[in-house]
Order: sequence, then structure tokens, then C-alpha cells
Amino acid sequence: MQAHGPRGGRLAGRTAGVPLAQLAGSTGLGGQLEALRGRSVLLVTAEQLTAALALIELDGVARRMVLCPPDLAAAHLPHVIATAGAELAVYDAASPEQARSALPGIAASATLAPLPAPRRASEPTEWVLLTSGTTGTPKLVLHTLASLTSALAAAPPPPQPITWSTFYDIRRYGGLQIFLRGLHAGSLVLSDPAEPLGDFLARAAAAGVTHISGTPSHWRKVLMSGQSGRLSPRYVRLSGEIADQGVLDGLAAAYPQASVAHAFASTEAGVAFEVRDGRAGFPAALLQAAGGRTELRVAQETLQIRSPGTALRYLGESVEPLRGSDGFVDTGDRVEERDGRYYFLGRRGGVINVGGLKVHPEEVEAVINAHPWVRMSLVKARRSPITGAVVTADVVLKDSAGAPAPEVVARELGERCRGALAAHKVPAKFRIVTALEVSAAGKLVRPGE
Amino acid sequence: MSMHSTITSTFQQVAREQERMLSPLADDLPLLHCGLDSLSFALIVARLEDSLGIDPFEAAVQFPATFGDFVRLYQNFAK
Repeated sequence: MQAHGPRGGRLAGRTAGVPLAQLAGSTGLGGQLEALRGRSVLLVTAEQLTAALALIELDGVARRMVLCPPDLAAAHLPHVIATAGAELAVYDAASPEQARSALPGIAASATLAPLPAPRRASEPTEWVLLTSGTTGTPKLVLHTLASLTSALAAAPPPPQPITWSTFYDIRRYGGLQIFLRGLHAGSLVLSDPAEPLGDFLARAAAAGVTHISGTPSHWRKVLMSGQSGRLSPRYVRLSGEIADQGVLDGLAAAYPQASVAHAFASTEAGVAFEVRDGRAGFPAALLQAAGGRTELRVAQETLQIRSPGTALRYLGESVEPLRGSDGFVDTGDRVEERDGRYYFLGRRGGVINVGGLKVHPEEVEAVINAHPWVRMSLVKARRSPITGAVVTADVVLKDSAGAPAPEVVARELGERCRGALAAHKVPAKFRIVTALEVSAAGKLVRPGE
Repeated sequence: MSMHSTITSTFQQVAREQERMLSPLADDLPLLHCGLDSLSFALIVARLEDSLGIDPFEAAVQFPATFGDFVRLYQNFAK
């Protein structure tokens, strides 16, 4: 993996950074790499930079690496360890006690020491990622470096090095893709969950970041913060949630000099395609030609993907198959075609049932988010003794100076929704709130998840 | 506003939003034939829960037959 990328690149955390050229001859594992050769290793460092260095060092040496995000609940550790057959842990000074005591381990640090002898690769390491549900037991998803980089493999490094950044933690699929892109193309600036948003953007700008990725919820927070001007990106990328027209228009207005792209990607399905035309959804033509070796199809109104970038399988004994018998991965995202374009309706599992009629929260949110004074919204089910459920919406407005009164916005939203949606999809009530909860993975937190 | 007028105006507001022709809300008006569908009733009950703070349907009750029964259901529950 270290063969990628220009020699002048850098991997930078909030307070420390490492020149990429230094990595080949160095170790962050205190020279203990050989103890991990051929083993299944749990990466539980608290610091992202330490994790990044350990990933680079262990790839090709460990049999398997399990990338544990920092917010993994201690209660899930036994399940993760047992399912992955993890034998040893790599931890750092800030790793939680339960993670450190769960397995024999090796301390890692971002302060590198010289390696006595060149590193020898012995096998293609399995990369295991965890799915990002906030309350349920995570599923363990198996990738290899080949599946993780299949979208990159065809592309040569750019003529000028690029400095990438991301709001994501790199131990999640969305962040890992940017980590690999950064190493391939130049440099990477890591985020820090404790860092105020404006400071992160300023730090990224000072490091020369031009390409930056996050979820639509991450980007809505940027737009709401009043700090979006601290960075001048050339390329703004969204993935991980449905990118509706509201957030795409907001980013186009905030960054008129940037190319704004939304990518469809999931831990299981990989990166399927990217849309750069500034519109939500994707052109129907992608079903015929998605690019490279990626194939898309729609079956039972759901998007399915087959490509060398999909994960291989879930780990564990009685888990469902990740791929169908023909190799297609069911994304679980419902889509609808209108005038030659497909639009995302929402997650199949999130559907609300109103007297037998179905509604996806995301399609209602897209209508609400298009209102000029709305920044983001969360649509939920509210129990109804008559129809089982009715729809209700929590709405965050843009900066309050000049915003109309909440009752006015609520009335306008009702009119908008009645004009755009079938009656059962219109929220019974619009509640104006000051904030909505976004998970550590950067996604809007939905009830029951 | 009395409970009767709150309920009346909620019925009328929902009928307007749903673009339905609501029969005059007399005490003996059968709700099955008043011009509203089940979605409209669900919206009315949700809004009354917010404005009156009560949901008489939380116990399994027979859906009221007339508008007058509906109003009395709420008045009795509030006592």
C-alpha cells in the first residue's frame, strides 16, 4: 500500500503529523510488528492518526485487521472479538480500559521509531469494518485492500498532489475511502471529534485542503455554523446518506467555485457511483453504464450493485449473505424513477405505515429541506389510535436573523408538503427545533435505530 | 376556547387542508358519513392531543358514532 502516492505527502492529525515518505522505514508499534504477523488483530486505538499508521504498517502482515471506531460500545466488544476471531489488540494511551483488557495487546503510538529491517509483506490482509447502527449489534463486514481500492485502481495519481480531508473517522467506510484517496493522491488531514468545526475548517485550509468529504448531515452542520467560509474547497463530496436537493443547493451557494459531488456508497456495497450534475438522485442511464466494472440494477424498487468494490461477506456464523447468488448486493435503498432520473425514497427498513399506506421519512424530509428557511429536518412516526401512525416533522431553521415566525414556516411547510406529496405523507405537525442529533458516524439519528 | 369550539375548528381546519367537503357539524351528524376519511381523523386526534393535552383513544374505545359523541368523549375524558 505504501507504493501509492507522491513522496512529499503528509498524514496530519490535529496536533501531530507524519510525512508519508517516513512510513516505509518506521514503526509505530514499538518494533513488535512480527508478533502480529498472520494474526487477527483488533485495532482499538482512540487516536485516528495512530490507527492510520497502524493500518499502513499492518497491511500485508496481519491476517486480518478489525477497524473499531472510537464510539464502539464496550458491550459489543465480546461479540466483535468472537466473530472476528481476534487474537491481539493494538491500543494506545487513550484507549478505553475495557478495550485494553479484552485481549493481549501491543501499544501503538503516532511517534514513529526507525525499523531495524525493511518490512516484509506475507499475505493479503483482510480489512474488517463495522456497520454503523447506533444501538444494534454491529455487523462485521469483510473487505480486502483490493475491494477497498477498486475504484482507485484504474485511476492514476493526479498530476499535482491533492490534499484531502474528511469529517468522517477513517475507521468507517466513508472515511476509509478518503484515507485511501489521500494516500493515493497526496496528503490527508484527519478530523478530531473534540475540535470545534470552525477550527477544523481553518486547520484544513492552512494545510492546503482542496478536496473534502462528509455526510449530508455533516455538511448541513457546516452550512448552519456560519463558518463555511473558513475553507475554499475545489471539490466537495457527500456520501453516507441521501443527498437531497436542499443540501446540494446550499453547498453550491456556499462554494460556488467548487465541484459538488454526491457518491452512493455503503460499507457493504462499496462506492458505486458519483453524481456531479448538482441534482439529487442519479440519471437512469447509469443503470446501463455505471462506469468501470460497476453494475447497477433496480429490483423490487430497490437499488442493487455488483462490482469488485463490494464487500466479500459478513463475518459470523448465522448471518445473512451479503451478496445474492449472482453477486449483487441489495443496498436496502428504495428508488423511484421520474423522467429519466432515479430518486432515493429512503431505507426500506425505515418505512412508516399510515393506515396501510407507506411513507419514507427521507422523501418527506427532501420536500421540507427544499424550503428556503429550512436547514435540516427529521421526519418520524407518531403513534395514532386511528391509522397506527401519522407522520410528524422536527425542523431546524437557518440562521435566525430574518427567519419568519415558526408558525408561519410551519404553515408554509404544510402547504409545500400537501402540494408535493400524497396526503398520508404530509406531517400532522411541524415542530421547529434548535438542533437535531447526528451520530458519531455523521448520520441523522432516527428513532428506533 | 371551549372544548367544543376547539374540536369544531380542528375538524374544519383538517377538512380544509385535506380539501374535503365537511358536512355541517351537528350533534347527531354520523362521523362515518361526514366527509372525512381515516387519515383526516388521525390528524384531528393528533392535533387535539397537542392542543388539549389528552388522548381519549389511548384506552381502546369504540370510535364515536356522531360528532356529539366525539365531543362528549373528550369532555368526559377531561374530567
